[in-house]
Amino acid sequence: MKFSDFVAVDAIRSHVDSSTKEGVIREMATALVDAGRIPAADLESIVKAILKREELGTTGIGRGVAVPHTKHPSVDKLVGTVAVSQEGIDFDSLDGDPVHLFFLLVSPPDQPGQHLRALENISRQLRDDAFCRELKAAKAPADIQHLLEAADNHGMVS
Amino acid sequence: MQDTVSREVVVGLKQGLHARPADQLAREARKWQSRVELVSKSQRVDGKSILEVLTLAAEEGTRLVVETTGADAREALAAIVRLFEGNFHENDDAAVDASGRATTP
Repeated sequence: MKFSDFVAVDAIRSHVDSSTKEGVIREMATALVDAGRIPAADLESIVKAILKREELGTTGIGRGVAVPHTKHPSVDKLVGTVAVSQEGIDFDSLDGDPVHLFFLLVSPPDQPGQHLRALENISRQLRDDAFCRELKAAKAPADIQHLLEAADNHGMVS
Repeated sequence: MQDTVSREVVVGLKQGLHARPADQLAREARKWQSRVELVSKSQRVDGKSILEVLTLAAEEGTRLVVETTGADAREALAAIVRLFEGNFHENDDAAVDASGRATTP
């Protein structure tokens, strides 16, 4: 799976305003609503579900990256977005570091495979330090979009 | 002594080896001195790294070989295999099926 298969380009944010876990999750979910990818009526339910998932264990998987996610019946296809915080946000990550890169995923309840393959793609690309560094340095959503496209084109391992 | 031992496991998790079990696995693996590796049909990854484990994208039913090498290889292998056999304390999907509505007590 490639980034272009699930990242809603219009919902990419290069500068999040929030400085809290809940804030950034809400901001990203709202971006997906604004991009027309999830229904506005389901925003609260989705944010709540993602926060609930975080309570079970942080998705801050280290290296300044978090992958907040949930399954939700309002989508019939995996949808996600990317956001960058220049300052970094305390996300209770596994390694204790603040999180700068966020990949938020909402997937249909009955298709765990899509979610796994998105996680696979994200984790595979994030092993590349240069990719992480360049994402963090992105000045505009278009920069992020181009980095994701470049990763899609180079990382055709699977 | 650098023993290498291995055992095949099958992913029994309905949701596959996703972020939370991958975290559990990496945490358990890091408790041991031994190198812990997971081998799938196409790759071999470091079991102590959640990022590496996630690149397996192992769905339910996937067969993996757990391989441990080092002084405490046997104990490490047993601990990791136990996680798989216990389905990482999951498959209680009510708690995970996160529409946020159904699970409210």
